[in-house]
Amino acid sequence: MKQILARPEFCVDCRLCQVHCQVEHSRSKDMVKAFKREATRPVARLRVEREGAESFAVSCRHCAEPVCVYSCLTGAMRKDPITGVVSVDSQKCAGCWTCLMVCPYSAVAQDKNQHRVVKCDLCPQLKTPACVANCPNKALILLEDKQS
Amino acid sequence: MKKTCKYLIIGNSAGGIAAAEAIRQTDKHGTAVIVSDEPYHAYSRPLISKYLAGRCTVEDMLFRPADFYAKNGIEAVLGAPAGHLDAAGRTVQIGGDAFAYEKLLLAVGGKPIVPPIKDMGEDGVFTFTRLDDAMRIKEAVASGARRVVVVGGGLIGMSVTEALAGLGLEVTVVELKDRVLSLALDKTCSQIVERTLRENGVTVLTGHSVSQIVRSDEKGRVKGVILNSGQNVPCDLVILAIGVVPRVDLASGTGVAVNRGIVVDRHMKASLDDVYACGDVAEAADVLLGGNRVLPIWPSAYIGGRVAGLNMAGISTEYPGWVSHNAFNYFGLAIVSAGAVETDGEPGHEVLTWSDKESSRKVVVKENRIVGMVLSGDIQRAGILFNLMREKIDVGSFKATLLSPGFGLVSLPAEMRQQMISRPGITDTCLAAFKQPELALSR
Repeated sequence: MKQILARPEFCVDCRLCQVHCQVEHSRSKDMVKAFKREATRPVARLRVEREGAESFAVSCRHCAEPVCVYSCLTGAMRKDPITGVVSVDSQKCAGCWTCLMVCPYSAVAQDKNQHRVVKCDLCPQLKTPACVANCPNKALILLEDKQS
Repeated sequence: MKKTCKYLIIGNSAGGIAAAEAIRQTDKHGTAVIVSDEPYHAYSRPLISKYLAGRCTVEDMLFRPADFYAKNGIEAVLGAPAGHLDAAGRTVQIGGDAFAYEKLLLAVGGKPIVPPIKDMGEDGVFTFTRLDDAMRIKEAVASGARRVVVVGGGLIGMSVTEALAGLGLEVTVVELKDRVLSLALDKTCSQIVERTLRENGVTVLTGHSVSQIVRSDEKGRVKGVILNSGQNVPCDLVILAIGVVPRVDLASGTGVAVNRGIVVDRHMKASLDDVYACGDVAEAADVLLGGNRVLPIWPSAYIGGRVAGLNMAGISTEYPGWVSHNAFNYFGLAIVSAGAVETDGEPGHEVLTWSDKESSRKVVVKENRIVGMVLSGDIQRAGILFNLMREKIDVGSFKATLLSPGFGLVSLPAEMRQQMISRPGITDTCLAAFKQPELALSR
């Protein structure tokens, strides 16, 4: 089971993690095209919060007991029994926002253009998620639980 | 014929499916049967309004993949109403068969409230909680119904109103209270909804009820309704959307304690051994109000069902308790609410509000605990607030930040923040009462 760990002591609120998350989840996966030419800008699956000097990125924890999955009215949200990744089937998501309400981290994001939710999928095509790979300060690191 | 099974689950929606999934996580082979009086594969009940609106098909509504029962080794007995429950003999009469069980779950949901209305009849009068209801209303619309009276301005009423208004029908909502969604929203948000309804061509009559249905002399077809004020509202269809009450018929007279719903303990066990209940039929822990309460919402049904299933399979697990919450997302609005949102100036309550052009936020605080919240527009941080409320966290030291635009995990006291952001593996504060880490789905 993979998990992203935030290390506030190294985060400087540059938000490159958000930018790279958006690019990775864009149609073209090209930064300039994704931000300038695609019809709608992709929504970042994580956000950086800041208060004074304290900042960190918040993304899905892929909880062992995923309350978003339990609360999903349509069956769009599921936890993969093997990888542990919590993902959303955008075709099935009805945009009811119930998962937004129950996630204690507010880690599920609204894609208002598509009227559905989007969330961290740990970048299944990549060895290391884009946010982690592109953090200049290692303020985001990838942990792997060897037990599973 | 007599059949036997280890687990008998009556109900094929959120609670029943949750229990089946939890059971199969721990007991792969114990015989399990799911029973429903509806003939359909488990579907998402809240989507019936989308189906009515023509925005999804029955296949799109499947709550679990088509091979769900087969893959999990569960026998689905569908289209078969459960008859008599013999708790002492541990059998339930289903169709022509008697099913003997070791563990029974009653996840039979709620049934629509039908108010006393003169000349009610059946033709042209519908409730709106099941797929069959949506199908019948769809047929009525296809055969030319143009004007509808929706009785009840709650969430069910709003969902059917959106669907029918979207199809171009003339809809009149008749609500007994002085505002729509009075249980879910505060006055300000109710006004926003009413304004939006009117902008979408819906007539809203608050402070009214329907006392009589007017039928044509020759065929008995619905011609209109007469309100308590004497006003006549012409219509072709009447939809009763007043709410649901627990469907307790099966449990009544069996020795299972029933109050408003089937009373369950923290293990979701009813008053008799080996009988469990969850979802809209159950009266389970309400963490905000304390004690037990019927909480007819999807998340509590699923989580209660999961807890029941784990306990039925021999894994002692406690229900964390839940809090009433709702999401309103019709007519392009996004409003979420939880707990007690309208204080009516009651002493001891502090009401915090914030708004800009697109959004409004309101949190009600009592003794430094959040007891109510309603957000519209930007609802992105609703989850953090909701969980502070559900976990009864003392917000005294950061109350001033709760509604600020930058509010987030960063606003929490250092220790709590640290726990929330950087300790993987123990991040399941969301369901702290699930003290079963070894059951993590990933293992």
